[in-house]
Amino acid sequence: MKKISFSEITPEKIYLKRRDFIKKLGLSTSSFLMIGQNFLNNANASTNKLEPTEYRYISTYNNYYEFGTRKSDPVEKSQNFKTEPWNIKIDGEVENKINISALEINNMFESEERIYRLRCVEGWSMVIPWMGFSLSKLLEKAKPNNKAKFVEFISVYDPVQMPGQKYPILQWPYKEGLRIDEAMHPLTTLVTGLYGKKLPNQNGAPLRLIVPWKYGFKSAKAIVNIKLVEKMPTSSWMRSSPREYGFYSNVNPNVDHPRWSQASERVIGSGILSERIPTQMFNGYGDEVANLYSGMDLKKYF
Amino acid sequence: MIKYFKAFIFFLCLWPIGIIISNIYYNDLGAEPVKKIMNHFGEWTLIFICLTLSMSPLKRITNLSFWIKFRRMLGLFVFFYATIHLLTYVGLDYRFDWEPIINDVLKKKYIFIGFSAWLLLIPLAATSSQKMIRILKHNWKNLHRLVYVIAIFGSLHYIWLSKTIFFKPLIYTVIIVVLLALRIKIKKRDINYG
Repeated sequence: MKKISFSEITPEKIYLKRRDFIKKLGLSTSSFLMIGQNFLNNANASTNKLEPTEYRYISTYNNYYEFGTRKSDPVEKSQNFKTEPWNIKIDGEVENKINISALEINNMFESEERIYRLRCVEGWSMVIPWMGFSLSKLLEKAKPNNKAKFVEFISVYDPVQMPGQKYPILQWPYKEGLRIDEAMHPLTTLVTGLYGKKLPNQNGAPLRLIVPWKYGFKSAKAIVNIKLVEKMPTSSWMRSSPREYGFYSNVNPNVDHPRWSQASERVIGSGILSERIPTQMFNGYGDEVANLYSGMDLKKYF
Repeated sequence: MIKYFKAFIFFLCLWPIGIIISNIYYNDLGAEPVKKIMNHFGEWTLIFICLTLSMSPLKRITNLSFWIKFRRMLGLFVFFYATIHLLTYVGLDYRFDWEPIINDVLKKKYIFIGFSAWLLLIPLAATSSQKMIRILKHNWKNLHRLVYVIAIFGSLHYIWLSKTIFFKPLIYTVIIVVLLALRIKIKKRDINYG
């Protein structure tokens, strides 16, 4: 069991310099990361092209309506948000109900770097070097029973600390859900940090989800409750507009959002003159996850 | 005197361009520069629509015809900023890649209504000269009432592109509705008192 101490954390500048150095050596970032690391970090074909977005964009351009609807609200209004103590319950259709602190989770599971593209439903994407581990590791400890068909994620409700929750922008607390096989998929990650650092508050500290093949809003932030359930849960966005946000919300360039096209995306931090790039099916993770949906009409189950 | 004042207002109306130039100079356009530029000019178009629509009510309230002298200039700035907004979308964002653009215009209602508003602005801008007023006579006034439709389209464009209930589009909608409601009153008075 290895815990990352602060002294081990690479300052961002050095981190970027190392990457630069490696690039100069003629190795791609991902080929370096491949060494000694689990296949998940580089399994998808597109990883070879994944160049992490600058930290300043990842940490200042956020959709986190609990702190307000502007992109700058989360970083401005979350700095005093208290993430300690933090308890997470895993309950519902499980044999072992778990009540655990974020700190204990950090000690129990080793976080590894996972570089994934995050595609927002608004038509932009970032590449983020997360720190985290497969959610399945935690769920296995709770032993889901045979009635557990879906997993519901419930984020924190704290309108005193989260000014956005004073307004009915969405139904609070924020809720999201996955099918059990999606939740158990090794790519589905519980995130504890990014860029080798502790997860910033504006990115969903202390614990958030990342489901790389789905639109960003599926990845709930500041989770306090993970519930195994029999029936498909209704997420906050589904409740807000069922026509626009489906349960699955897989990244799919062929299925438009009713109000905007999903065929292409803007790359964050790429500058004013760079072009949009084509959006990939399952955000480029089709090799790993397409089999979860074989035989399903993804236009119907959007 | 009024001539200099008008020139001063003209340069003041270029303020939104100044902001973007300064943003580009200081590399301060943020994570999504293209979107920022597009939203910037879209919002300024709405602001200029509100300003243009404010001139007649201001004339009524203050009993000064002075305000009307700025109406044409402000209206032309609406067209100017709407055009930059559109060009940012077509040129900077989509690189004149017409297929997705046409697809968007036809299928996405917020783009459809925004584009319609821009199309409706063209005849107004084209007939803004003193000469056209003389040629069109009373038709000119009827034609230029299209600005009410354009204002409503503009506010709907903003509401429909928002993901949920946002304050800003609602504020613009309220302002536009109030400015239009003021006119209904004005018209009734006109009928009553000749």
